[in-house]
Amino acid sequence: MKPELNMPTFGSYALLLALVLSAYNLLAGAIALRQIATRSRGRFAPERLAETARRAGIACFAAVTCAAFALVWAAFTNDFSVAYILHHSNRALPWPYKFAALWSGQEGSLLLWAWLLAGYGFVVRIRHKVDVKLSAYASTILAGIQVFFLLVVNFAAPPFALVQGTVPHDGFGLNPLLQYPEMVIHPPMLYLGYVGFSVPFAFALGALMMRYPGEKWISITRRWTMVGWLFLTCGIFLGAHWAYQVLGWGGYWGWDPVENASLMPWIAGTAFLHSVMMQEKRGMMKKWNVWLIFSAFLLAILGDMLTRSGLVSSVHAFAQSSIGNWFWPFLVICIGVCLFTYFLNRDHLKSDHKLEALVSRESSFLFNNVVLMAACFTVLWGTLFPVLSEFVQGNKVTVSAPFYDRVAVPIGVFLLFLTGVGPLLAWRSTSMRSIRKNLIAPSIAALLTGIVVIAIGVRPWSIFTSTPGPFYAWMTFVLAAFVTTAIGSEFLRGARVIQRHTGKNFFASIVHLTRRNTRRYGGYLVHFGVVVIFIGLAGSAFNRSVEKTLDFHQSMTVGPYRLECLDYSEDTNPNYDSEYALLNVYRDGKYVTQLDPAKRFYQASQQTSTIVAERSTPEWDLYVVYAGQDPQTGQPIIRAHLNPLVMWIWVGVIIVVFGTLVALVPNMQAGGGGARANEKRPEERELVAAGKSGS
Amino acid sequence: MKKLMTRLTQFAVAPTIAIALMLSMGATNPTVRYHRIGHELMCVCGCNEILAECNHESCPDSPVELAELRADIAKGMSNRQVFAAFQAEYGPTVLAAPMLTRFNMVAWIVPPALLMIGIFGVMGLVRKWRLRAAAVPAEANVQGFEELRSRIRKETDL
Repeated sequence: MKPELNMPTFGSYALLLALVLSAYNLLAGAIALRQIATRSRGRFAPERLAETARRAGIACFAAVTCAAFALVWAAFTNDFSVAYILHHSNRALPWPYKFAALWSGQEGSLLLWAWLLAGYGFVVRIRHKVDVKLSAYASTILAGIQVFFLLVVNFAAPPFALVQGTVPHDGFGLNPLLQYPEMVIHPPMLYLGYVGFSVPFAFALGALMMRYPGEKWISITRRWTMVGWLFLTCGIFLGAHWAYQVLGWGGYWGWDPVENASLMPWIAGTAFLHSVMMQEKRGMMKKWNVWLIFSAFLLAILGDMLTRSGLVSSVHAFAQSSIGNWFWPFLVICIGVCLFTYFLNRDHLKSDHKLEALVSRESSFLFNNVVLMAACFTVLWGTLFPVLSEFVQGNKVTVSAPFYDRVAVPIGVFLLFLTGVGPLLAWRSTSMRSIRKNLIAPSIAALLTGIVVIAIGVRPWSIFTSTPGPFYAWMTFVLAAFVTTAIGSEFLRGARVIQRHTGKNFFASIVHLTRRNTRRYGGYLVHFGVVVIFIGLAGSAFNRSVEKTLDFHQSMTVGPYRLECLDYSEDTNPNYDSEYALLNVYRDGKYVTQLDPAKRFYQASQQTSTIVAERSTPEWDLYVVYAGQDPQTGQPIIRAHLNPLVMWIWVGVIIVVFGTLVALVPNMQAGGGGARANEKRPEERELVAAGKSGS
Repeated sequence: MKKLMTRLTQFAVAPTIAIALMLSMGATNPTVRYHRIGHELMCVCGCNEILAECNHESCPDSPVELAELRADIAKGMSNRQVFAAFQAEYGPTVLAAPMLTRFNMVAWIVPPALLMIGIFGVMGLVRKWRLRAAAVPAEANVQGFEELRSRIRKETDL
């Protein structure tokens, strides 16, 4: 009889092998690095030992890949003998969601985490020639983190645990909320971001441990942080878009603890990406930078723990489990290692320069960091305050949107202001004359915008009637104009210089300018994207909604739209039953579009899900939800939201992603060398002069 | 002159604050209040959603809470009274944000206090560093001029 390939067993063994390999990577790597540091020799040459550790790390990636493949295979072949597959898949589930089953539960998502970490480690180990010694330190630290996650998936949350007794014919299905195309990419993106912060953490900790000479490590760390930050940005906003499209409450961000968990490392990473420039340019803020990158990693682990331990209640959290018992010690060990290494080597992190003026680029970065970290703390504080309250007062309290709206929104608006002012200041010190010169255009733009926005109908003085929304929205529009003009003038100034010296047209000059200094102009693009996102967020101050039960040819009105019910009915397929309404949408009496909001009932999981219908324009989103059926008449209850400027958020994110990608691209060389390089010099001089006046 | 300006400022600021406080305490129309207070309360069914946004089908609690809210507003209860009534009935977790009472005040005070400490801390730090730098005049280094030039170029060409 031909032996059947047993994928769950294969996956389990692959995970065990991965654990052994990563443990070897950690131990052999640590011994080799210790020997190199103390110049002692054991039985094997430390270089050879370090090389075996590196190869074990590479092999670990292959082993975890096999385990991930085995789980996906089990999902695709409907192997319901695996408890995880039984609980997160079913026969009628479309194949992309079977793939998504890998991260839809506790065990699978931990396996995904371990796999992505192994993948990042693989890249670090393959590219070890960038800096052999520093990479060896980073590889060993990554192996330490890897050992923890592999211990968890092997012993605390094994994804290949088998069903006891009779294996059911069909699975319980995937949570309907997760059956949405974005859910196939949102969690991997988010996890790529979370896990991505392990790499800069490993490089920073490694550099501190080895007292890395020079500043090259900071450049490596910065690039890796940008990668993690980019993925986390995509993950957060894909999640927001998913919430908007699937949850059906008309919003995209609910300040839920799990959402907050993703925001905290993102903010810490953002602060690091700013303050790292001070270290690269002026040799300052070294201690602060090291702690920022440590914090980003520790907050990612804390976020993961919050999601999984049930410490705080959340809409998105996985089932409450005892897995927090594994995360707490790991978090404490990580903090202990960071503190120990820092106190041992802190003299290595002395600043080369001190701040010379309050009005300078350096101090703007400092303020930016203070405000960002205050925002990060606010989110952490709000997330953990219910636990603190229970400890102190004996009863839990809720800290939800109203708290963040009052505390975090003003901080966000202040950050937007700094986004505009920072690039206008010069390094070291800025003269008042230069400030006046650079602030004139942005200030005029801000003033005009403020007047126009009031003329349109925004009433900032509503803050005096306990309605702060329009005030903050007005402030956001004003500051958005200020920042956009400031960024625009930076591009304009540089492009003019390029135009003068190369004779290229304006747009070609902007492209040329950006390619010459991708970091700077990519950064400006990111700032512009953030401004666009803020405009979109400000729109939420003017959200409106109407709910009505509609019969055939009855209509309801929301803002300028009239919705007429053409039909309502029910439908069924093997995966779900659905109820839907067919609505014609008119604006000013003219037909615009047809929308079909629905509600689905999934057979396998016995759960319902909302399918939102929307018409999105730059002005506003008409967001229509099938809220249910009237129990007496069976007529559909339709809830229509009019959400202004939401599209700006998604467009802003695309700009942010584009800007980050630009910033990641190496600079175009100024010239091929020799005579050509000499030809470029006047242009460079002028660009520097333009930079001095502006930034 | 300075004294006069201070007086004028005081005269201008005091009525502004008074008007702001007066307006902020005033009630608006019932529909707006219903909508606003609905966003300050939670649905208690365990869905962790804001009451006015709770949208899951056959929710056992949100329709009851919303009806109570409507009734409370119709009775002419102030916002504070509505919150107190809900808290008495459902416990403190029904409020979407902690009220300004005893320990809960800490929730509101700590983040802005830390921000202020951070901002003033940075200002103090810069001042301290500047004073220290001013006390030790830099030595003239003609030989290091080229090095300085290249460093300035690097620093200004971010």
